[in-house]
Amino acid sequence: MSETSVMKRFLRYHEFYVLIVIIILAIIITSVNKQFFTLENFFDLLKSYSFLGILAVGVLIVLISGGIDISFTAMTSVAEYVMAIYIINLKGNILIAFLIAILVGLALGAFNATLIHFLRIPTIITTIATLNIYYGLLSFFSGGKWIYSLPNWFRDFSVIEVIKLVNKEGIRYGLSIVTIIWIFVLLLAFCILRYTTLGRSIYAMGGNRISAQRVGLNILRLQFFVYCFMGFLSGIAAVVHALLVMNVAPNAIVGKELDVIAAVVLGGANLAGGAGSLLGTILGVTLVALMSNGITLMRVSSLWYNVFIGLIIIVSVCMSAHQLKIKQSQRAVIDIE
Amino acid sequence: MFKKHSEIFILFIIMITVLMIMSALNPTKFMKLVNFQSMAFQMPELGLLSMAMMITMLSGGINLSIIASSNLSGIITALVLIQYATPRAGSVEVALFILIAIAAGFAVSIVIGLANGLLIARVGVSPILATLGMMTFVNGLTIVTTRGYTLSGFPPSIAFIGNGIIAGIPMPLLIFIVCALLLSLVLNRMALGFNIYMTGSNWIATLFSGVNNAAVLIKTYLISGLLAGVSSLIMISRFNSAKSGYGEGYLLITILAAVLGGTSTTGGFGKVSGLVLALIILQMISSGLNLMGVSAFFTLSMWGVIIILVMAANFISAKYSRPFFQKFFLSPGTV
Repeated sequence: MSETSVMKRFLRYHEFYVLIVIIILAIIITSVNKQFFTLENFFDLLKSYSFLGILAVGVLIVLISGGIDISFTAMTSVAEYVMAIYIINLKGNILIAFLIAILVGLALGAFNATLIHFLRIPTIITTIATLNIYYGLLSFFSGGKWIYSLPNWFRDFSVIEVIKLVNKEGIRYGLSIVTIIWIFVLLLAFCILRYTTLGRSIYAMGGNRISAQRVGLNILRLQFFVYCFMGFLSGIAAVVHALLVMNVAPNAIVGKELDVIAAVVLGGANLAGGAGSLLGTILGVTLVALMSNGITLMRVSSLWYNVFIGLIIIVSVCMSAHQLKIKQSQRAVIDIE
Repeated sequence: MFKKHSEIFILFIIMITVLMIMSALNPTKFMKLVNFQSMAFQMPELGLLSMAMMITMLSGGINLSIIASSNLSGIITALVLIQYATPRAGSVEVALFILIAIAAGFAVSIVIGLANGLLIARVGVSPILATLGMMTFVNGLTIVTTRGYTLSGFPPSIAFIGNGIIAGIPMPLLIFIVCALLLSLVLNRMALGFNIYMTGSNWIATLFSGVNNAAVLIKTYLISGLLAGVSSLIMISRFNSAKSGYGEGYLLITILAAVLGGTSTTGGFGKVSGLVLALIILQMISSGLNLMGVSAFFTLSMWGVIIILVMAANFISAKYSRPFFQKFFLSPGTV
């Protein structure tokens, strides 16, 4: 394959453009502050964005299936709170913490799936409603109380580092266990989407639900899998969030749902369903992380953060809309604009 | 005739039921003029924002930037007021500057609406993405212009818009009624309204009937922005301050209110009267539970439950009112 055709192949992918933006951003940030391009900063970013990254994977799969889930922040909050109360009052270990959070997440996800499948309420409405139900009930029963007194073993687990290094000034740093959890989630999702019939069926259902049904795919099973998987990841993200911030607040996560969806969409996932890749999602999360980290490192006032993120979203969605128009005009069918 | 308005009829029955339940639960407090007046003060803000959301949903889109745009125009109005309408200025000057401030706020909301419309209709970005980006961007602008602080210190006359009463009717409710009437006039009696419904229900057919779809969409988002601007006026005068992030929790609630009022998420269907009934239902639940001393969070979850119940009831009634043939020979996914 000649070089130009390789280039042309790359140009077809949305991910390629995101990558270019990321590289340009990285160069700009590095030129202003050398601190950016260090392994230490890199590991730090991987740790602090693992929470967003885990949720983004779940959102990606829901978007691929042709739906949308807004309630995941509330599911995460509920799972986090229940998990915290359990491990404080009934002891346990890190595995039990994960187990409890995941079970809560799965139950809430299954409730979403039931409403969506059996009552055929549009996914956006169902999940906005359940967001309010879960979050409202959580705040009502918890009274909005924060939990600080997480057990010591929980604290010890959060500081485990898989790779340990020492920087020039003699300060130790390393790759956090939390990042490993994110990588595990990515690998799991990658295998499901790439190598299983289930994963391919999800793409098929998102691409054209009626055809998928006619081909004989079990829509009920797929819907349950998709929303339960979102619940499962919300459970994992709940523990990760608690590990990262070391306290549990009912209102810490709700309100950030559109930020996660924006990161996934920046990575090229299509809200109409059937399209989207894990690589794109990773790039989307990276882009958001770089923006935020870059603003801090370049000593720009953090007041400007949303302005930049908004501009990047607008420019990026305009670019992909423009690409789509070009693609459509090249097709050999008479299409109407 | 009855069939056509059955959704409104169902909503009306729910409203009466909620009214009865709430007055039974609060026998001494609910059926009081004071209570209804306080409801009338609280509802218009969410009501105007819900109308802003609804009109875009009718055209098959969505507008996530309404709260952000409402906040920004409120902040611009506040900035002009604080800068020029100071107590030292004469009363005529103050009145003039209040008008200018309001105009500036509206100008901002119109610009945001226009930008949304252009992104969606001309560039071809999907509405949810365009307005999501716009929401983040405009939110950023509100933070930058206020530096995160609360702006206050308005001339006293501005408070009348949010807290005044004319002939027993609170001023915000009056503004809400006027806007609701104007919107239903546009939707039911004008060509633009007809075209909004048409683009929402069948984009291609509308295009082939010679309608300029792009222009219709731009006008839709313009009206949506304008309604958000009106709500900003009520918001800043009720709180007597402006700040970034006011009413952010309302965003998803407006979608719920619109859908509860019978607006279709895919576009093409929905009436202002349905929305008004839905808002009254939500407000009565909220005020009733509040009178009982129940936490506001519980109200939030009750709103969620109500919407699911109503959607479920609609689904079940649609399923069992279908003719025998359809029920048994068409697969559920196709209907």
